[in-house]
Amino acid sequence: MYHQAVFDEPIILDVKGKRTLKLPHENDDLKVSVPPVMKRERTNLGDREEFEVIRHFVRLSEMNFGVDLGFYPLGSCTMKYNPKINDEIASLDGFRFIHPLQDEQDVQGALKLLYELSEMLKKITGMAEITLQPLAGAEGEFTGLSIVSAYFKCLGELDKRREVVVPDSAHGSNPASSHMAGFEVVEIPSNPDGTVNLEKFKEAVTERTAAFMITNPNTLGIFEDKIVEMANYAHSKGALLYYDGANLNGIMTKTTPAKMGFDIVHLNLHKTFSTPHGGGGPGAGPVGVVEKLKDFLPYPIVTHDGKYHNSYIPPKTIGKVASFYGNFAVLVRAWTYIKMMGEEGLREACETAVLNSNYMRSQMEKFMTVPGKKIKKHEFVASSVGPGMPKAGDIAKHLIDNGVHAPTIYFPLIVPEALMIEPTESATKEEMDRFVEIVKEATKLPPESFEKEPVNLKVTRIDDVDASKNPRPTYKVMKEQLAMQQQSF
Amino acid sequence: MNDDLNEIFQELNIKNVDELFSDIPEQIRTSSLGLQNGMGEDEIRRIAAQYASMNRTVNQLHSFLGFGIYNHFVPAAVANILNRNEFITSYTPYQAETSQGIMQALFEYQSLLSELLQMDAVNSSMYDASTALGEAARMVVNITGKDEFLIPQFMHHYKRAVIENYARGAGIRLKVVKFDQNGMIDLNDLKASITERTSGVYVEYPNMFGIIDTNVPKVRNIIGDERMLVIGVNPISLGVLAPPGKFDADIAIGEGQVLGLGLNFGGPLLGVFGAKEKYIRKMPGKLMGITKDHNGRMAFAMILQTREQHIRREKAITNMTSNQALMAVGSAVYLSLLGDSGLRKIGEINMGRTKELMDMVEEFGISIPYSKSPVFNEFLIRINASKSFINRITKKLNLVPGYILGKEYGFFDRNQVNMVVNVTERTTDEDFNAFREFLSEVA
Repeated sequence: MYHQAVFDEPIILDVKGKRTLKLPHENDDLKVSVPPVMKRERTNLGDREEFEVIRHFVRLSEMNFGVDLGFYPLGSCTMKYNPKINDEIASLDGFRFIHPLQDEQDVQGALKLLYELSEMLKKITGMAEITLQPLAGAEGEFTGLSIVSAYFKCLGELDKRREVVVPDSAHGSNPASSHMAGFEVVEIPSNPDGTVNLEKFKEAVTERTAAFMITNPNTLGIFEDKIVEMANYAHSKGALLYYDGANLNGIMTKTTPAKMGFDIVHLNLHKTFSTPHGGGGPGAGPVGVVEKLKDFLPYPIVTHDGKYHNSYIPPKTIGKVASFYGNFAVLVRAWTYIKMMGEEGLREACETAVLNSNYMRSQMEKFMTVPGKKIKKHEFVASSVGPGMPKAGDIAKHLIDNGVHAPTIYFPLIVPEALMIEPTESATKEEMDRFVEIVKEATKLPPESFEKEPVNLKVTRIDDVDASKNPRPTYKVMKEQLAMQQQSF
Repeated sequence: MNDDLNEIFQELNIKNVDELFSDIPEQIRTSSLGLQNGMGEDEIRRIAAQYASMNRTVNQLHSFLGFGIYNHFVPAAVANILNRNEFITSYTPYQAETSQGIMQALFEYQSLLSELLQMDAVNSSMYDASTALGEAARMVVNITGKDEFLIPQFMHHYKRAVIENYARGAGIRLKVVKFDQNGMIDLNDLKASITERTSGVYVEYPNMFGIIDTNVPKVRNIIGDERMLVIGVNPISLGVLAPPGKFDADIAIGEGQVLGLGLNFGGPLLGVFGAKEKYIRKMPGKLMGITKDHNGRMAFAMILQTREQHIRREKAITNMTSNQALMAVGSAVYLSLLGDSGLRKIGEINMGRTKELMDMVEEFGISIPYSKSPVFNEFLIRINASKSFINRITKKLNLVPGYILGKEYGFFDRNQVNMVVNVTERTTDEDFNAFREFLSEVA
């Protein structure tokens, strides 16, 4: 039986006391003069003891579910185990206490690490060059599409190539990034099994197309086996092919985006390469490109000629997409992971992830629809439809109430009542069986029983309508609203 | 093969895992990528330690390098909370009921920063200050429907490079407003730069030269209410400096790295982004809100998600999905530890120690170009010597005296070095002594 820790924890601003943290030069006698118009007398932050701060945030952490607490099959997010050595290495003084504007001769170790990571990612993707700068997957997409834009501008074709084609099963960030880079989005409907409809694809990809953007395996966990045909067709129309690397864990070492015919790739190091996601970030979204696009990459690119240099600016660079080298501490973790895994380790990770996914698919399809062809890659989507079947959202609450994280739900949009399940390689058969049992149990419960769930967590169902109708993004706003309500009584 | 694996193979009716990859056409399969063999934990630990030792840390140097990223004190308590397994190994809180811990922590970050900036709403993080500025420009143009955005002549080159990229995609025309003789935004040039197409303006304090720009309070009057005001601040200065909300900022941005997050070779950073309440539905980034559960208990939810890409797709306000949530939690811990008194104190220490170094520079007769303008923890100095001469001296002293401004800022004179020098509470008396020796050799 699962019970989450529950504390009635106040908002930190209401925890008041005396500051115990001492600052360097705390007792120096210093002269400070601020022009009156720019001067501030006080803030409303309040003071408190360090032990109170630690207790508060430790209690909050205990009311939070993470990979280190249990099974987390959140589809498309690849919530694999994050090895602890990654964190230890990222916290070495030699990596933590270096400034991004230091002279290159003083940061040779950091540049060497970045160079090696790029080289390894080149091998994994088959791309000619890599930038480690993008700070998340979506920023990688924006970077890649900015390169698409710069490339066609250079060819003098940007005025006519205004469109990016994406399947309707794509991640929402794909169309959003295309729009941010200045393109119009053309969405093509998928086949019922979630694969690209070749006929619609050929209608959509024309001389107006700048890029075709796709993830493979797709969001239903199905490998698009017509990918080479699609790549050839897109290239024959002069368009570029963009690989969304969110699902790389399903094919890593088995094929590469380059072999499939892609020109641009972004990776999600916080998914495939085991860096922790930190409750939303930081992530890292390196971008790889083929030879003809190398000159458009963001600067600087780390180079090596016996020493490591950080001054190379690609001749047609799009500029910068982040302040410095990217999320360095995340890059250190991914470097550690790949070095430790080696090629055999990465292959085994991919194979185990695919094996686990197919095992769960096989168990789930005994009582729930699983659209698409049988063989899945790293993930699959189950559809809770049919007489008496519970809503996907209710199944999710039943799962979290039993100490298992829910799958991604209601995505992809083309599958009704979708449960997108990705066990990753970090799952035991026992955990997977238990997940299936909990879902099966949910299908036998009367619909009204879900209303009371969850009961084993800090809170039960949340009033989402109120939350968005009366947005209270700060404690101050909440207190003001409360004060107004009391007045009106 | 163990029993579990055996059962899985039987269930799938396969003999070999390769059968599950039969859908990948032969012609595109890879046999080897050419990666090296893996290694054990202790081996990688040794290799990593060797790489780390090839770097010279700011602790091993006398460093006065700042220029947007600062060497501030990182309390042990911040690192401790950032390593809590429950926080660091969780994903974006899509299942709110089992993720209340991080949602409350992020809500507290929003509340603390909102107090600090005096802005109605602060999102739960952007990637860094540069991308926060890029998003601010996009937001201003979206709201006003005008396509010109004004930026200051002097701002960090990397910030400029990023906003140019964001502007290109959104079809925004960037126009530069000059600085005046005090190293502040030139109000006359600002007035002259405004046209029918001007959507808004970006100004900052402290600015690139460390100057507390006393012209910023006058900007609203000049641009009027129909144009939007974006103000960039250094959050750690806001214990002693007035908040951007006081100067009627529509949007405030800043680099949150200073709030206890350390250097980390420039990443992860923390993009701070706040806005007025009336723009909350046009604001990028994830927002936590406080509400109740069905039993009436205090609860937290991700609010206004209809702005986001997973729902709105190409019509979304931004493509952002991952952000820098953990860094936001870290800075919430930091602000909680320092509190009101600590934040004021740290501001005073930074300003006071900087003033001490400026006095020292002036004693040696070295030029401080904007010496009449107030600064926070950074200032510009000008030395009549070549860069290579300076480098020879600093190398000997194990000193990084500051960030040298090059041709990207319009400084071309080979016999003159313009340098931005930073002092923080971590700058020691030994560092000051090394700087004194440096001054005595270049004076």
